[in-house]
Formats: sequence, C-alpha cells, structure tokens
Amino acid sequence: MTRTHRLALANLWVAVLAFGVASAMALMQALSRANLELPWRSAKLYYLSVTAHGTLTALVFTTFFIMALGYVVAARALDRPLAGERLGWLSFWTALLGTLAVVAAILSGRATVLYTFYPPLKAHPAFYIGATLLIVGSWGWCAVMLRSYRAWRRENLSAPVPLAMHGMLATVIIWLIATVGVAAEVLLLLIPWSLGLTRTVDPLLARTLFWYFGHPLVYFWLLPAYVVWYTVLPKAAGGKLFSDPLARLVFVMFIVLSTPVGFHHQFMDPGISAGWKLFHTVNTLWILFPSFVTAFTVIASLEVAGRMRGATGLFDWIKTLPWGDPLVSSVVLSMLLFAIGGFGGAVNASFGMNAMVHNTAWVQGHFHLTVGSAVALTFMGVAYWLLPKLTGRNLELDLLARVQPYLWFVGMLLFSVSNHVTGLLGMPRRIYDASYGGSAIAESWRALTGLSAVGGLLLFASAGFFMLVMIGTGLAGKKAPQAAVEFAEPLEPPGPRAALFDRLGLWTAVAVVLVIAAYGYPLVRLLAMPRFGSPPFTPF
Amino acid sequence: MNVGLYERIWMWAAAAIIAVFVGVIAVSTFAYAVRPPSHAETIAPAQVLADPRFSPPGVVVDAGGNVEVHVVLLMFAFLPAEIRVPAGRPVTFRVTSADVTHGFQISGTNANTMVLPGYVSQFTYTFEHPGEHLVVCNEYCGLGHHTMQAKVIVEPPAGEAGR
Ligand code: HEM
Ligand SMILES: [Cu+2]
Ligand SMILES: [Cu+2]
Repeated sequence: MTRTHRLALANLWVAVLAFGVASAMALMQALSRANLELPWRSAKLYYLSVTAHGTLTALVFTTFFIMALGYVVAARALDRPLAGERLGWLSFWTALLGTLAVVAAILSGRATVLYTFYPPLKAHPAFYIGATLLIVGSWGWCAVMLRSYRAWRRENLSAPVPLAMHGMLATVIIWLIATVGVAAEVLLLLIPWSLGLTRTVDPLLARTLFWYFGHPLVYFWLLPAYVVWYTVLPKAAGGKLFSDPLARLVFVMFIVLSTPVGFHHQFMDPGISAGWKLFHTVNTLWILFPSFVTAFTVIASLEVAGRMRGATGLFDWIKTLPWGDPLVSSVVLSMLLFAIGGFGGAVNASFGMNAMVHNTAWVQGHFHLTVGSAVALTFMGVAYWLLPKLTGRNLELDLLARVQPYLWFVGMLLFSVSNHVTGLLGMPRRIYDASYGGSAIAESWRALTGLSAVGGLLLFASAGFFMLVMIGTGLAGKKAPQAAVEFAEPLEPPGPRAALFDRLGLWTAVAVVLVIAAYGYPLVRLLAMPRFGSPPFTPF
Repeated sequence: MNVGLYERIWMWAAAAIIAVFVGVIAVSTFAYAVRPPSHAETIAPAQVLADPRFSPPGVVVDAGGNVEVHVVLLMFAFLPAEIRVPAGRPVTFRVTSADVTHGFQISGTNANTMVLPGYVSQFTYTFEHPGEHLVVCNEYCGLGHHTMQAKVIVEPPAGEAGR
C-alpha cells in the first residue's frame, strides 16, 4: 500500500461511515413522513435527524469522498507522488475534527438548524466552528492538488494536463471560489453572533452568502462524478473516451458559470430585485449546456465500448455492456436518474415556474436524483472499484454489490417521483408530519407519501448492502494483487487547440469577473438598505 | 479540434433549446410581468405587531376597492389564521415575520414567498374560484414548523350567491 493510498483510504472511510449513519437516519425520516405511528417518533428527533442526514450527506460524505478521489487522480493521472502529503494528513485531521464537532453539536440537540443553518435560528457555536474546520481542511486538500499539478507541470512543460486531473482541478477552482461565500457568512456573521459578541444578524445577507456558496457546491459534487463518467467509466466498460477536447470544454464552462447563479435559490426572497434574479437565471440555463454535451460524449463512449466488445447493430451495444460490473451499472443508472433530475432542475430554474415548487417536496425529490443519485450512486460505484485497489483486497460479498445499484434505482424512482408529485400538490418539504389537521389537500398526499416511504425502505436496503460490502471488504476481503488505477484513452489524442482549455488561470479570471458582475451591485445595494438585524432564536 | 458531425448537431440543438428557454422566460417576464416576489422593504422585526403597516393584521379593502392582506408569521402561527378574500380580483399579500425565517405558500398554487424577519414580502394573486385553501409555512422554523397552518377562504364576488 503506497502512502498516497493510505491517505486516500482514510478519507474514503470517513465518507463511507458518514454515508452509513446518514442512511440509517433517512429511513426514520421517510417513514415518519408517511405519518406512520412509530413508537419513538417525535418532532424533536425528526428535525435533529434531518439536520444530521443533510449535513452528513451534503457536506461530510461528499467532501471526504471527493478528497479521496482527488488524491487518487492526482497521484495516478499525473503518475508522480503527491506534493505535500503531510499537508494532506493535516487537512484530513482538521476536517475530521471539524466533522466531529458538528456531529456532537447536532446529536446533543443543540444545533437543529438543518444543513442550511439559516439565521436567526442559532446553533451551538461548535456547529459553526466545526463547519469552518471542515472547510479549512478541504482548502488544505486544494493546496495539495494544486501543488501536485504545479510540480508535474514543471516536469512536463508542453503536454496537455491529463483529462482526469483537468476535471479535478476545475473542481478545486470552483470550490475555492465558492467557499469564500460560506467562510464570510460563518466567520464574519455567525460565529461572533453565536458567541454573543454581536447582537444581530441580517438573515438576507446570510442567505445571500450561503447561496453564493450553495450552488457552486453542487458542481463541487458533480464534477468529480463527471470525471468518473469521462475517464473511468469508458475504460471499465471496455472502450475509449469519445472526445477529449469536448470534456475539457465542459469543465471550463463549469468553472466560468458555477457561481454567478446563486439567486436561483432565492427567487422567492424579498429584498433582491427581479432584474438581478433574471440575470442569474440566464446564467443558470446556460449551465445546462455542458451537461447536454456530457450526455452525448458519455453515451457515445459507451457505444464505442459496446462496439469494441463486438456489437454491430444500432442498439445491441447496450446489451453487450458489462451490466454485472457494479461500477458500470452504478454509473449508468445514476446517469439515467440524473436525466430526470436535470429536467426538474430546468423547472426549478425557470424564474416564474419556481413559485410552484419552491420549498415543496418537489425539491427533495429533485436533489435526491441529483446529489443523492447522480453523485452518490456514482460514488458508490467508484467505491466498489477503488476500495480493492486501495486495500489490496478482493471485493467481499460481491453479489450484494451487483444488486445494490439496481435496488437504489428502483427505490429512488419511487421515492423521488412521489415527492415530485406531492410537491406539485402543495406538500412542503422539511416537515415532520404531513397531516395538517386532516385538511382536504393534505389527504390527497397520503397515498404518495406511502409510496415514498416504500422507496425509502428500498433505498435503505440498498445503502445497507453497500455498507456490508464496504465493511466486509475492509475487514475480510481476500488479499490479492489488484489491477492498477487506469483512466480511459481518448479515441483521438487532444489536439493543439485543446491547450486553450488548459489555461485554467485564464478561466478562473473570467469566472471571477462574472462573479463580481453578478453579485457586486446587488450586494452593495443590500448593504446600503436600512436593515434590521435579528437576535438569535433556538426553537428546538 | 475535431468535432464530429453528430456532435455538432447535438450541440447546436442543445444551444437552441436553451435559447428557447431564455426566450420564453424573457417574454413571460417583460410581456406578461411574470416575476418572482422581489419587493424591497424593511421593517424592525421585534416591533411588527406595533407597526402601523401590520397592526392589526388582516384584510384591508381601500376606497378604490383594492384588496390587501397583511399577515404576520411567528412561531408557530399565522396572524390572522383565517383570511377571507373575494374571487376574481387581484389580492395583494404583504407578509412579514416577527421572529425567524418562515415561508408562506398557499398550498397547491404558485402563491409562494419566503418570509424573512426584517423584510416585507409582497406579491399579488388572483383567485379565480370561490373555495378554501390551506396555507402552509414552507421553511423550517423550529419544532412546531409542521403545525403552522392557516386558511384562505375565497368568497364569491359581492352581489352573487345571495350575498
Ligand atoms: C438511504 C437513502 C436516502 C433516503 C431514504 C433519504 C431520505 C430523505 C428524507 C426523507 C429527507 C427529509 C426531507 C424533508 O423532511 O424535507 C431527506 C433529506 C435530505 N437528503 Fe436524503 N435520503 C437518502 C439518501 C441521501 C443521499 C445519498 C443524499 C446526498 C448525497 C441525501 C441528501 C439529502 C439532503 C441534502 C437532505 C436535505 C435536508 C434538509 O432539507 O435540510 N440523501 N432525505
Ligand atoms: Cu442551484
Ligand atoms: Cu415553518
């Protein structure tokens, strides 16, 4: 086991355990929403659990998983040791310490503020300080990634950066730009306020900083999944990447457009003018473009794989793909779920239509397809592929690993479709109980919340299978030599014009200019309004 | 950079779809004035119940016949909890919070806004038909969040149905 492997493995285990805990809580939530009278059911426990589930999935599982994958990509795609491995360990422990502080604050019942922690709900200071440490740890990871790239660049002056690393660097850049917002929110507003050093906080300013961070956050999750779709999936399916330069174009477009879009989460907020919301909307719609391109390239790469496996007809290449390989099936199924999620996303982003779905169950249906499937299911597939390589052990219980992605797919369809529909029927999200005193419209949600609970049960079973395979492999997998991590070859090597997409400094500068254009004036105007802050509240 | 024919077609098609989305939104915004509630007005949250803009909360019909509804949200109730408005006429809702962040949604419709302490949210909605609607808080506001509910009762326009 190399030293990089050990570092990646440490991050991977934290991610997997966070996912396991979060899934157990999710089961209770899904059942509770169906108004089942469970003995230990209470509002206090429900909201505490949603806070833990949201934080552990959206912030902890994803961040640690991405750090693990990033280290593997940096070491293998660049084919040189990491530059700054000690910093990598320091970052790991910092992020872990932060995570433990956040979890302790939540489980002790003093931080039931959900993972969005909108003030003036006030959590225990340990929650905000822990979140800060988690982010500071991730910045250390960014530094290791950038230093490794620089070191490689000095040794390879003219070669294009390997595609997998190109995508990870885009992830790093987006994360660095995005986290400025949440760092400002937490350090300048919330920590002093939660410690009693300042009296009030402006909730709109805090929300604006949060969503400045919150949308690029989704690309921080998604881009590593795209790296896998472009550079790992084609290889695992037995083929080649259809187009290397277009993949680079995609990553660059995400760098440029990820951040100046945050107002699409604040369409329903007062105090931000409709004109600026429209500007963010237009940016948001253009960010669909790189995902359309991705769909083409990835499907074309799968077709290449099918033909290399001997298919000749129009569609029989689909049949020849290795559907029993848990990496391939996880990723392809996650892409199918993402297609539905993308459609819903276009609705969310549509200025006027958003009013119908904002903060309804539709939203929770939506993000379980995107982060909860496109990202999480891809990551589960990656874990099946990576864990043996990192530990030198064969995958244990591999039958469960083969079934698990299909189970997730079915469970998620039931869960998310029913939530989309109840959302359109007016059911809010984030509620412990959906009965509303027997109101007629609430009665119309009942059958669907039941269906959603069934979906939740299947998802829970699927998550359980995943955890059994992980823990089984880690503890009892048979030691055996494993194939090295390798990335897909492109059909054609990137030509000289692709070099434009490698100029990441240039694209970062473009991104920063757009961010200033999108946020500069609205922020100045917000700060100039006569505003009244809010004192803290802890209604939990 | 060598981009295949099908790929080019696909990319142009994707760009065209997005351009259509942008166009539809632009038309609905500028020609039909469909836009999200974006009113900018501030208010001291601790004093909303004493502020003339919200005291008392309720339905106000001015001399010109314009209907305004003033609603205060607080943990865990709507003031007033029963809102009577006429059908077929634009109704302007003005909503604020006395404590934490809430949401105001007339369930099953697109009458929806965030309600932040310190700010007044405002939007206009026309109920076409008489009937009763559930109003919910759609932003988590504490352990009683799911208990926050109110009613909008839409009455037939004056002069109809024996009124
Ligand atoms: C075992 C599978 C899962 C089930 C059954 C499940 C179920 C749920 C339920 C019932 C809620 C509460 C919704 C509400 O009250 O509004 C929820 C919230 C959430 N879930 Fe999951 N979930 C699962 C997996 C995931 C995964 C894999 C992710 C992301 C990686 C995820 C991310 C979230 C987030 C971010 C929230 C939002 C919490 C909030 O609104 O504050 N979930 N989930
Ligand atoms: Cu977003
Ligand atoms: Cu509420």
